[in-house]
Amino acid sequence: MQTAIEVRDLVVRRGARAVLDGFSCAIPQGSVTGLLGPSGSGKTTLMRAIVGVQIVASGTVTVLGHPAGSVPLRRSIGYLTQAPSVYADLTVAENARYFASLYRLRPADADAAVEAVGLTGARHQLVADLSGGQRSRASLACAIVSRPEVLILDEPTVGQDPVLRDELWDHFRRLAADGATVLVSSHVMDEANRCDRLLLIREGTLIADDTPAAVKRSAGTDDLDQAFLTLIRQRKGVTA
Amino acid sequence: MILASTVRRILSQLRHDPRTIAMIIVVPTLLITLIYFMYEGQPRVFDRIALTMLGVFPFIVMFLITSIAMLRERTTGTLERLFTTPVGKLDLLFGYGIAFGVAATAQAAVASGFAYWVLDMHTAGGVGLVILIAVANAVLGVALGLLCSAFARTEFQAVQFMPLVVAPQLLLCGLFVPRDDMAGWLQAISNVLPMSYSVEALTEVGMHTEPTGIMWRDLTVVVGAIVVALILGAATLRRRTA
Repeated sequence: MQTAIEVRDLVVRRGARAVLDGFSCAIPQGSVTGLLGPSGSGKTTLMRAIVGVQIVASGTVTVLGHPAGSVPLRRSIGYLTQAPSVYADLTVAENARYFASLYRLRPADADAAVEAVGLTGARHQLVADLSGGQRSRASLACAIVSRPEVLILDEPTVGQDPVLRDELWDHFRRLAADGATVLVSSHVMDEANRCDRLLLIREGTLIADDTPAAVKRSAGTDDLDQAFLTLIRQRKGVTA
Repeated sequence: MILASTVRRILSQLRHDPRTIAMIIVVPTLLITLIYFMYEGQPRVFDRIALTMLGVFPFIVMFLITSIAMLRERTTGTLERLFTTPVGKLDLLFGYGIAFGVAATAQAAVASGFAYWVLDMHTAGGVGLVILIAVANAVLGVALGLLCSAFARTEFQAVQFMPLVVAPQLLLCGLFVPRDDMAGWLQAISNVLPMSYSVEALTEVGMHTEPTGIMWRDLTVVVGAIVVALILGAATLRRRTA
């Protein structure tokens, strides 16, 4: 399998603290990779580095063979920020159509993205008038509108109802089956089982990079939460 | 085309906010009416002050609207997201410049029309030149607003830039004290503030039937200030942030 995203020795500092400290990983093309870790572990920072909006101290990030953030990548990357980043004073459809137009796509493509996130019924509502979950889906529609080869999703399912969450995960799986590389961050471990691979991250370092089954096996448990805990303890044992 | 759709997007945002549109269109007209009654019976004084105000209002309003709008782009994450798309910095800067320039043209046209035909304002030169200078001033407000939004973290801070940027220009533009009568150092400051030139240009239109060389020179200075502010503004738009 080809590597879509390669991160090598990435260091990101905020003040004196290293948010990512020599982080390396490789994410295979056409897969759904889960990025898991507690709040403040560096998930968002890693994602920002991959889409090329993060100032990095050292190390390299390569996406589809190009340096992260370089011009050719801006047509092939979709990025969902953690807080919904859409225009609150536009309707759902207007938001999606604006983002579609940036890729020279037609309004019909925008409407398809709105449909995919289940907002067709609310498409003429202002984003400001939507619920929190709907807002983040409106934001998701703008991230998938260009059918990007690489899709970086920062906590896309927070606050969604279980049925919808299930549908969104089906959608991510379909995109990956069509060849897209999807990186999804979450702190909900039950979502991790739906990923092809998992990156477990804690305090800016990689704890595990494997399939969900292998992660559980190496920790000797069937519960991912428990596995995460075990891996952290094992690691502490090694470094101590 | 990305620039065209960005202009359309910004105008749509404005369209969904009828209260702001009403303020943009109505407030300058109301204030000029106020000036009319303050100087009732002194038509010459009214002509001079109203003409200056036709240039000042668009500057203030567009400066405020732009600095808040751009600050929102920065704080809500839309700017960061746009930087992962094919949007260029110039698409954004010109997008705001053109969209709010359109709004400013409507504002200047309504305010000027009202001043000329309802309040009986007189100028030697034509109304078209007045609107042209007012729109240049509005675009200057947009450009400075884009620049100043980079130095504000919150909307509270952003509105504080208004007195800082607008008040000195208004005080030293020659409206209150003729620039020639100011102390040398005040004149020197006045000379580097762009509004001094737009007010002088408007005064020229007020006094001469044909556009004068001074008016064109002043307008060129204002356009130059717009370009400089836009270049500085572009420098504050960083794709990568900490």
